[in-house]
Amino acid sequence: MTASTTSRALSIETSAIGRDFGSGKTLNRAVGALSLEIPHGELFGLIGPDGAGKTTLLRMMAGLLPPTRGTVRVEGFDPFGKEADHARDVVGLVPQEHSLYGDLTVGENLDFFADLYGLDGEELRTRRERLMSITRLGTFLDRRAAQLSGGMYKKLAVACALLHQPDVLLLDEPTNGVDPPSRRELWELLYEFVDQGMTIVVTTPYMDEATRCHRVALMDRGEIIAMDAPERLVASLDAAVLEVSLASVPNARERATALVESSELVIASAPLGASLRVVVESRNEAALAKALEGLGTLSRTAPSFEDLFLTAIARREKTAATKEAA
Amino acid sequence: MTKSIVVEGLGRRFGDFVAVRDVSFHVQKGEIFGYLGANGAGKSTTIRMLSGLLAPSSGHARVAGHDISKAPDKVKASIGYMSQKFSLYLDLTVRENLEFFGGIYGRWGRALDRRVEETLESIGMRELASTSTAALPGGLRQRLALGSALFHQPPIVFLDEPTAGVDPASRREFWKLIRGISSAGTTVFVTTHYMDEAEYCARIGLMVAGTLVALDTPAALKKQWVPGRILRLEGQGLVRALPAVRGLGGVVEAQSFGNGVHVRFDPARTGDEAIVASVRALPAVAVHSVEAVEANLEDVFLAAADAKAEKAIRGAA
Repeated sequence: MTASTTSRALSIETSAIGRDFGSGKTLNRAVGALSLEIPHGELFGLIGPDGAGKTTLLRMMAGLLPPTRGTVRVEGFDPFGKEADHARDVVGLVPQEHSLYGDLTVGENLDFFADLYGLDGEELRTRRERLMSITRLGTFLDRRAAQLSGGMYKKLAVACALLHQPDVLLLDEPTNGVDPPSRRELWELLYEFVDQGMTIVVTTPYMDEATRCHRVALMDRGEIIAMDAPERLVASLDAAVLEVSLASVPNARERATALVESSELVIASAPLGASLRVVVESRNEAALAKALEGLGTLSRTAPSFEDLFLTAIARREKTAATKEAA
Repeated sequence: MTKSIVVEGLGRRFGDFVAVRDVSFHVQKGEIFGYLGANGAGKSTTIRMLSGLLAPSSGHARVAGHDISKAPDKVKASIGYMSQKFSLYLDLTVRENLEFFGGIYGRWGRALDRRVEETLESIGMRELASTSTAALPGGLRQRLALGSALFHQPPIVFLDEPTAGVDPASRREFWKLIRGISSAGTTVFVTTHYMDEAEYCARIGLMVAGTLVALDTPAALKKQWVPGRILRLEGQGLVRALPAVRGLGGVVEAQSFGNGVHVRFDPARTGDEAIVASVRALPAVAVHSVEAVEANLEDVFLAAADAKAEKAIRGAA
């Protein structure tokens, strides 16, 4: 692929890109106006709750859904301009929904995609065997895609997209329902590809996978609310992440759990072994300690990516609720 | 404590294929029991047998006091079941879906109305009773599916990947409900691929290729299966140096993780400083930061799966 006019330092560049659905009263701004710069060889994650706009953004990057405003360039090409064909050549997308032929077998689906991309020869054979061994689909080559479990189907869809190594790979929740061993192997494969210069954008609801990305954008209701390396985002969390050491009184755990789960002060909580893990705004730490008096004592503990995510979303909801009330 | 589920030497074959092999465990009343395993490890086959839907080829199990082979209908009446592809009628409202399930379980009139109200309350969806199910986001549909599974107040509920594809905030809400029904005495048997959810379980059984290879609390499993210390290193050239890192003395495992690599080693054979020095000495490698990290259940899962694979290879040789 020859370089286009714009800088080749960036693999994907969006400028105030946005997409609306519906109109008038039912107008839904699925994606507001997002500007992103993703360099070559980056593994970039889009993280957010249902309806955040992650899929809509990916589909615009893939050239499948025209934006309502703004622009996108992939490897320098505009997927909605004269260079649409070039853009399509360099991008691979694995959608969330079914993308395979259910009545074809695993092997036939692979053959179909190899044909589609015009692939053959020794390299195809090697790559195909490698993908089958990584995804452990090799023993199921004769099974129809429609008869695969959810996780196996996902693995096959990703394998089909990886048959031709695109410059830019867009993966929409590629690991839903995929078991941990295959998931980890899939990530190792992705690392290998980005190391060779492939750019990968992935959406995921798994928080541990968010931390596997080089950089992530936290999305909510069509906006990016934070964007950085995951460990830097976690380090920047200004809320208090606390562990409750339970007192030895009857039913301490049940009572503390009930209190924490119903408390207005608490942003998020979860059991942690025999104790509890709680996230509160720093200013509310003392108030929570008081509320838990006699049941347990609080100590600070290291925040996780999930703490960061839940705090960011909870704060946005609070702000939205305050605005609505005003 | 009373045992809610007792499984002894349970097995199931499909032709030559052994889906479940000689599995034994028990689950206490009110316990949250996690059943983990790869796709095709035998989790769903086990659940189908314990639900009275599939006869075992060997072994026994009692669910809520009923023998699954001799009294499968009594078993079915004693359990609630919710799967990844939960079945709700999208063209019905939330209340109509619950009424439909109530009808299936033979409730009618005032008893039905009362139970519908109770269920709406328990899943926190009273205000959404007249909403069309099709208009609900994934997280709320999932709560409604749980309400339907619990409608007839079964003492045991089987949840087969109930949270697949649901965002973290909704998943936490869902688990609050699960903890609520568990502390009210309902036994919860759950499968999941989310390791953070596995942490919420009192005990975990880990299935590898049809065999139960591990069974304990999350903390005990980590201690047993992922011994050693893990360092996270960030810097340059680390991903390419992974094969060399794996060959260093004392290193058990090394893998990429985001902008860094995680190196697990045996502290009896080497130490933090020695490991970092050896990595730094590799060609074209720079280490900028070092941090100790904790093992997680995914590490346990992979270690157990590897051990089983190794045993199978050795057994065959």
